[in-house]
Amino acid sequence: MEIKREPLDAPDDFRSRQLMARDMLRGDLEGEALERFVEQSIMTTTLEKAVSWSQGNSIYPMTFGLACCAIEMMSIVGARVDIARFGWEAFRASPRQADLLILSGRVSVKMAPVIRRIYDQMLEPKWAISMGACCSSMGVFNNYALVPSDKFMPIDVHVPGCPPRPEALMHGILRLRDKIHGHSPDGWRQRYDAVGTEEVLIGSDPDVDAINVFQPDDTGAAR
Amino acid sequence: MPDATGLELTAHELRDHNAESILGTDFGRGRAVLLAAPEHVIDVLSHLHGKGYTFLASLHGVDYYPEEPRLGVLYEMLDMHEVDRITVKVRVSIDDPRLPTATELFPGADFPEREVYDMFGVVFEGHPDLRRILMPEDFEGFPQRRDFPVGGEPVLFTFNEETSYGKYQ
Repeated sequence: MEIKREPLDAPDDFRSRQLMARDMLRGDLEGEALERFVEQSIMTTTLEKAVSWSQGNSIYPMTFGLACCAIEMMSIVGARVDIARFGWEAFRASPRQADLLILSGRVSVKMAPVIRRIYDQMLEPKWAISMGACCSSMGVFNNYALVPSDKFMPIDVHVPGCPPRPEALMHGILRLRDKIHGHSPDGWRQRYDAVGTEEVLIGSDPDVDAINVFQPDDTGAAR
Repeated sequence: MPDATGLELTAHELRDHNAESILGTDFGRGRAVLLAAPEHVIDVLSHLHGKGYTFLASLHGVDYYPEEPRLGVLYEMLDMHEVDRITVKVRVSIDDPRLPTATELFPGADFPEREVYDMFGVVFEGHPDLRRILMPEDFEGFPQRRDFPVGGEPVLFTFNEETSYGKYQ
């Protein structure tokens, strides 16, 4: 976001700024002087940029740990690498309130539909971080039991490591923040055909039947 | 663990009870092993149970590929009073791996037998609820068999997502 600023006539003179502000409040400031005062006091941006700026600075991650990476994930809310600095500290216990799913650990074949369902229950806008080697490429557990997270849900940021240090996850989080702020192309969403996967319950909208609602013999994939 | 003589005496005792129940013994490396015949394994277990080995400490499967018969099921028995351990080993072929269930004698054998079924495909006849326990119920194959492929899913990168199978949607 660009902030347009022009120097005052006497830019270093704090007292003169104060007096000018007082004049403005009294209605004494007129014409060109008023215009310049207003230009210096406000900044302009697009609504989209303002929304993405606030979204990137108020992410609520989901309280969700899978394995040993979760221990590292927990430590990012601690004092050393404090994600509260970026407004990310409120871990939400419900996917309905969460914006971010951090897959912290290995995803087994049995767990994948569960995770997919949690992801579908989250409301747009939503993001996902795949943390650690197991979740991205199955790491040392590259066998029959695991499935990489790309196979069943769209991932925004992959954080490598086994497990990644909290600083590495922090780097991933900042990359995701940049992505949200910069409104980087949603190419991955089209690539994965990952738009409109929210779970809609029966009766919530009279025009719409239940969409993406888990059925007992369902694999949990979006329909 | 009984000493070598004690193991032989136990084997003789079991043979007196049922002549075909014990196929052999193996002593060493800190273990006393009775090799039991698959169809008489419950006989052996219940006899040992009567002798004081009342606790089934573990029930697990082994694949002895390429030896035949390939699959093995090991029952680790523990005598809590004498603090004595003995292993009952059963070998079954991979073509028709069937064993009688031990759940009536040891209710705790329920989950271990399901796990052996899940990982090695040994069917325990008479088991109350023989389903997969760790793998998904629609999983095909028995992953701990030695001829099960080791490799997992190929990793999906951006460059191979169009050609790799199993791409999301």
